[in-house]
Amino acid sequence: MTSRPIADGVFTDAPVPRLLAGRCEACEVVTFPRQGGCPRCTRRSVVDHWLPPAGVLWSWTIQRFAPKAPYRGPAEFVPYGVGYVELPGECIVEGRLTTADPDELWIGRPMELTLVVNHVDGDGADVMTYAFAPSGTR
Amino acid sequence: MSVSIVGIGMHPFGRHGLTGKEQGVVAVSRALHDAGVTWDQVQFAFGGSDAAGNPDTMVSDLGLTGLSFVNVRNGCATGGSAITLGVQAILAGAGDIGVVVGYDKHPPGAFNARPSEYSLGDWYGESGLMLTTQFFAMKIQRYADHHGISASTLAKVAEKAFANGALNNNAWRRSPLTEQEILASPMVSDPLTKYMWCSPGEGAVALVICRDEVARRLTTKPIRIGAVRLRSRRFGSFEVFSPGLSAERGVSPSVDAARATFEAAGVGPEDMDLAQLQDTEAGAEVMHLAETGFCSDGDQERLVQDGETRIGGRLPVNTDGGCIANGEPIGASGLRQVYENVLQLRGDAGPRQVPGHPRAAFTHVYGAPGISACTVLTR
Ligand SMILES: [Zn+2]
Repeated sequence: MTSRPIADGVFTDAPVPRLLAGRCEACEVVTFPRQGGCPRCTRRSVVDHWLPPAGVLWSWTIQRFAPKAPYRGPAEFVPYGVGYVELPGECIVEGRLTTADPDELWIGRPMELTLVVNHVDGDGADVMTYAFAPSGTR
Repeated sequence: MSVSIVGIGMHPFGRHGLTGKEQGVVAVSRALHDAGVTWDQVQFAFGGSDAAGNPDTMVSDLGLTGLSFVNVRNGCATGGSAITLGVQAILAGAGDIGVVVGYDKHPPGAFNARPSEYSLGDWYGESGLMLTTQFFAMKIQRYADHHGISASTLAKVAEKAFANGALNNNAWRRSPLTEQEILASPMVSDPLTKYMWCSPGEGAVALVICRDEVARRLTTKPIRIGAVRLRSRRFGSFEVFSPGLSAERGVSPSVDAARATFEAAGVGPEDMDLAQLQDTEAGAEVMHLAETGFCSDGDQERLVQDGETRIGGRLPVNTDGGCIANGEPIGASGLRQVYENVLQLRGDAGPRQVPGHPRAAFTHVYGAPGISACTVLTR
């Protein structure tokens, strides 16, 4: 079984899952996904910056109806969680959540980065995207 | 010099057989009739549509007079942008009489924007993050958690929208729903249930605007545009379609647009007798009450529970039913709010007339990709 990332330049899986952001050399602001310019100070001096893999849930919702294209999830729609996770001192990242159970989600809950299968390509390869999984208990 | 509204016209919102452009022509014709002017007297027009074609094609129906006609497409603030440009044109001396028109016609179901149109990678849409509904749900989820907004308050906002819509012949949703029915409807995106949302729809609104001196010749009831201001997002705001947010948080463009509008008009929120605030869903109305300066964060719980935002309350909000009862035709929504305020200030709002002869009214639109436009109207 082969797998490939849903996009280049967004995350890596080696040696552990990490998200690629940009850090402005002038004002230190961290931006995800990585982009060419700094949205805060407008300079172009942005360098690669790998984000820490853990943070806390900043907000969340459950996607309960099947999105239209360009969504490429499983043929039979399964509700999924979506959230923003604050990576302390860095930035706040939006992503899929590994649970769609509201009882498992609360603002402030510790979350960890992981990779999940988004869909299966025509050639049978798993197309991977990043997601956040709850950790710790209430 | 200032600018006044002397004519208003609307094609009812909802679902109709007409094209967006045909609805636009109906709205313009009604606005011209209301103003008592003819199309060949109109020197310029700004027309907004997001998904229903180029508004300047209306000239083939309205008359090929050679006027200056500019198409506007500026996300959810398309209508607000059109009126902003119209006012600026008169203030710049580009003409004495102009038309501002907005219409739209969207397919049923949630908007499905393409990532590339928002400078995002395809992965963002493919992985199921390209939904405006997720943004609105997550914004009110966090806001409610921090500022103590209850599910009952969200439901009461929607209940008020349907109650006001029931008094509006141009509204799409005209059946009242109880707070319990709204809370018991299916959860769409937590914490928002089905009846707390607006739906993409259809509709058209047109305004005839002119210089004050011209206005006084045309009507005894001109409605003065005290100010109109448009702002886009600044660093630190929380917007639709944001894969990442900065750790350093800032204010929404609604805060900036409202402040700028009040400052330019020389008045404050306390001077307004009613307000139309973007209610993409019930949480948006709650948050926009604070962002536009009408209350502090968290005060909405008491305001809504005490009925102060209902017609007859201290600050009636979304007296025509708002987006929740009228639906969201993007190009027309911002102008629908202005249309409603003109009716209210003229005293022509019929069964939903705000009592006490209102003198000043506020509008606010907000939407993707982080843009807001506000107006202050006075009589
Ligand atoms: Zn910078």
